[in-house]
Amino acid sequence: MSSQDIPEENLPSEQGDAHDGAVATTADPFADPGLPPHEHRVQDIDERAAKRSERVIAFLFLLSMLATVGFIASYVALPVDKIIYVYPIGHVSALNFSLGLTLGVALFCIGAGAVHWARTLMSDVEVADDRHPISAEPEVKAKVLADFKAGAEESAFGRRKLIRNTMFGALALVPLSGVVLLRDLGPLPGTKLRHTRWSAGKLLINQNTNQPLRPEDISVGSLTFAVPEGMKEDDHDFQQEVAKAALMIVRIQPENIKDKKELDWSADGIVAYSKICTHVGCPISLYEQQTHHVLCPCHQSTFDLSDGGRVIFGPAGHALPQLRIKVNEKGYLEALGDFAEPVGPSFWERG
Amino acid sequence: MSTESSNRKAPAGERVADWADGRLGIYGLAKANMRKIFPDHWSFMLGEVCLYSFIIIILTGVYLTLFFHPSMQEVTYHGSYVPMQGMKMSDAFQSTLHISFDVRGGLLIRQIHHWGALIFLAGMFVHMMRVFFTGAFRKPREINWLFGFLLFVLGMFTGFTGYSLPDDLLSGTGVRFMEGAILSVPIIGTYISMFLFGGEFPGSDFVPRFFSIHVLLLPGIMLGLLVAHLILVFYHKHTQFPGPGRTNKNVVGMPLLPVYMAKAGGFFFLVFGVIAAIAAIATINPIWAIGPYRPDQVSTGAQPDWYMGFSEGLIRVMPGWEINLWGHTLVLGVFIPLMIIFPLVLASIAVYPFIESWVTGDKREHHLLDRPRNAPTRTAFGAAWISWYFVLLVGGGNDLWATHFHLSINAITWFVRIGFFVVPVLVFIATRRICLGLQRRDRDKVLHGRESGIIKRLPHGEFVEVHEPLSQEQLHTLTAHDQPKPLEAGPEVDENGVERKIGRTTKLRVKLSKGFYGEGTQIPKPTAEEYEEITSGHGHH
Amino acid sequence: MKKLSARRRHPLAAVVVLLFALAVTGGLYAAFAPADKAKAEDTAQSLAIEEGKKLYSVGCASCHGTGGQGSSDGPSLVGVGAAAVDFQVRTGRMPLQQQGAQAPSKKAMYSQAETDQLAAYIASLGAGPSVPTKGQYNPDGADIAKGGELFRTNCAQCHNFTGKGGALSNGKFAPSLEGVEPKHIYEAMQTGPQNMPSFPDTTMPEKNKKDIIAYLGAVNSDKSENPGGLELGGLGPVSEGLFAWIFGLGALIAVAIWVAARTAKAKKS
Repeated sequence: MSSQDIPEENLPSEQGDAHDGAVATTADPFADPGLPPHEHRVQDIDERAAKRSERVIAFLFLLSMLATVGFIASYVALPVDKIIYVYPIGHVSALNFSLGLTLGVALFCIGAGAVHWARTLMSDVEVADDRHPISAEPEVKAKVLADFKAGAEESAFGRRKLIRNTMFGALALVPLSGVVLLRDLGPLPGTKLRHTRWSAGKLLINQNTNQPLRPEDISVGSLTFAVPEGMKEDDHDFQQEVAKAALMIVRIQPENIKDKKELDWSADGIVAYSKICTHVGCPISLYEQQTHHVLCPCHQSTFDLSDGGRVIFGPAGHALPQLRIKVNEKGYLEALGDFAEPVGPSFWERG
Repeated sequence: MSTESSNRKAPAGERVADWADGRLGIYGLAKANMRKIFPDHWSFMLGEVCLYSFIIIILTGVYLTLFFHPSMQEVTYHGSYVPMQGMKMSDAFQSTLHISFDVRGGLLIRQIHHWGALIFLAGMFVHMMRVFFTGAFRKPREINWLFGFLLFVLGMFTGFTGYSLPDDLLSGTGVRFMEGAILSVPIIGTYISMFLFGGEFPGSDFVPRFFSIHVLLLPGIMLGLLVAHLILVFYHKHTQFPGPGRTNKNVVGMPLLPVYMAKAGGFFFLVFGVIAAIAAIATINPIWAIGPYRPDQVSTGAQPDWYMGFSEGLIRVMPGWEINLWGHTLVLGVFIPLMIIFPLVLASIAVYPFIESWVTGDKREHHLLDRPRNAPTRTAFGAAWISWYFVLLVGGGNDLWATHFHLSINAITWFVRIGFFVVPVLVFIATRRICLGLQRRDRDKVLHGRESGIIKRLPHGEFVEVHEPLSQEQLHTLTAHDQPKPLEAGPEVDENGVERKIGRTTKLRVKLSKGFYGEGTQIPKPTAEEYEEITSGHGHH
Repeated sequence: MKKLSARRRHPLAAVVVLLFALAVTGGLYAAFAPADKAKAEDTAQSLAIEEGKKLYSVGCASCHGTGGQGSSDGPSLVGVGAAAVDFQVRTGRMPLQQQGAQAPSKKAMYSQAETDQLAAYIASLGAGPSVPTKGQYNPDGADIAKGGELFRTNCAQCHNFTGKGGALSNGKFAPSLEGVEPKHIYEAMQTGPQNMPSFPDTTMPEKNKKDIIAYLGAVNSDKSENPGGLELGGLGPVSEGLFAWIFGLGALIAVAIWVAARTAKAKKS
């Protein structure tokens, strides 16, 4: 630090502390006149006004009691599923509305009563209290330092370096046990994020009907969501599998598909893209059928489904993965394999 | 109490107090604190809003744990809410529906808990800004500023883990977002994600894990910090605004017993009452309308609660930078905003007190508050920070701005991208100028008196406004502040003609100090001579 | 006047002036804003001609071409079907008032009878979905819970959890579904108006559509129940945060000002 380099008189502490106390000298027109004299409130001089305040306070406390009675009464009387219409709030739960308002009134009146009491009847004379410096007096400091020195010497902490160093070593190592214990929080990543349920020959199942999709079901401009066959909502791993396998299917006139690979991987212009955004994994699917853009509702990454799922706006870092599909001999749509790249958000090992 | 003097029977209350004093020494404590003085100002009660809403959140939270099942076991719903009949959902979601529709008063408590949380965070934000703009963070209160800041940040994460518990579609989307953010961390991201979720997202572990973080770990730490925060407030005694009789060495106000106790105690009930009434009339987080979480479903307008909104803005406006090198991916588009800028936004306000005290070299204790106009650089910095935060909030809600103001979402995103850099600078410049204008006005008021609004016509036809001189109290109040001078590096050569070495940090410090207090950063406050000169010539206007 | 000039230095004077200025600006805007509605009705009256083709050649051909083949200003209508015409015209989206990112719904310009004539003409140009019958879209007895799940899978990404609408790219938007007739919801799903994708019967059978309509009736109509109180637009955390700041914290600050304010002093006599 370099405070020594700076001339003392420029430090603010040296710039004078002019307004130190309530000393009104005639020389200084801005001198502190000291605390203004206390002025009486109406309640201080007029007993009738004080009585009025007392009545208001008592009324507030009484109102609070009534509200609590009202709270209990509504709890007992109103069925939990009763809906009433309250203008302008709407069709609301009678119980929630009445419990909340009565509780609110009961609490608010206690507070209002107490504050009104303090404001009108308790003393309002302002009092000044002295402050004392936070830091210790020099002799206290000297005593503490001496005590510390004595203690440190008696422990021989500085002298017996072997003890000191081995103790530091032990203390540094022991938290590792705690870290090691965290290992079983979950499995190692392995290649889990690289694979989904899709594999060669899996049919595309329409999520609305749970039936396999045929190419003629899907018209230009429509939007359909699909999962691989064999996934059931009751499966214990359904959530984590659907988080990777969810698919969005649209049909684009083949001449409107700009990307050659996309056309090759489609079936008659039917393209299947991962529904999981490559940014942080929201299910995108705000498909604009005239522009073939698909927007993520979370962070507005925009992908062009007619151009290989390329990112055209927003924070996503790479294109949406496309699933290669074909029409099988029975006339159903089926996958030709898993996604060629990991779906969803990027990660260090993705490459 | 000596045995001889106990001939008279002390009242029961006194005997209880004696008993406690013999074991706890309460008389000593009470002597120092019972008539402790607290200054009155509405802005000093913002901290109390936070304290009380925290208590309310704990009370209602404990009630909610009696009914909530922190479990991701898949169940089928058969409760009383018709539009969910037969739906598959997690036990956590089902028990939240149960609290909302089948437990009498459960919905009210849930809504008080959630509204209380929003108000708690909003209260902390405003409280922090009050402390900032009045300079109440200066010595000896820097540590308490940090405690408060930590409470705010921990509050954010307690809120996040809390609203994720019902496992609804909206909060699940938020958790997915968090998982994406963790995956973006180089080298260890995938491991942390697997460990946090007990495997792949979403798995079946995060609700119980978030539950212990939300109800035990974070509130425990917060409670400790809160107690420390309050002890320090008591120990330092409250700051006060300058005014007649109020100096840096005293504190003027009402005693704790009875006035402040009645007001503060009453204010608890007032805060609770207001939050209960809000919970009666306005829905919050209607998970029944949102639906249970499924990773393949989503709704537009997916936003976090307001205090996480600025991170949402950051991630929405960041360009999608991604680098692939040697078989690894560096996800800068997620990593930079969430792991670098997000902490930076928060830290920039947290460290400000230390920067200011270093730049100004000010080592004094400060118990008198600054009026924001009298510390133009600090005020401008604070306003710039708020504008920065607000620009990011706009980014976080860009879709709602788009639909409600008929704008293009892409245009708003671009506005925020540019505004992130430009708006704080403009706000800084504008605020400092406004402060100087207000200082000029104060100066005029002191020297020429208050404009009375009465127009007088002089004999020769000129119209003038009559100015009333200020009272001694007002004169003092308007001139009580310090006007520090900038630091100087000192001469390059000392008195012996030997070159002095001026370190680089000193140079920086002097430069910053000039920026804080140098030319054009404050209007000199009127001196006694100026005042005498003007007021001696009467008939002046 | 003297009173007024004495009060112009009042601390609240600036606030009053600001409020006044805002009110005047708002009032002027309301007075001078384009009076869409009146104009629209005028046009509608002047266009009230009986038969579809005549109606078409006057009201639609300038953009969609004389034979419905489309032009640079409007897409081809060959094969869009009667359902699309009924939806676009009866929700007021067509005829378009001005080119923009998207045609907003407004007061319909053609009566149901005129619309039917138009629809018949368009349907004659090429086969397409016909106007659904009441039996197709009437949601009575449909599965609301299933509808909710279908809605969250297929619709919520654009229209929000309960159909409050949302933003799309470059100023386009998914409209709110509040108060939209079941018939029009059905037609929209079937035909995919403007940038909305279609959900044809082949991928989303009639029963699914009914379920969705039933769900919307339960959660997004003027009879929908909001047990917790004010719905705050059904927009989620953003409007909740705004409410907490303005009404929650606002009320608490007002209370705090009362608590800390000085009690009125007795007047010195």
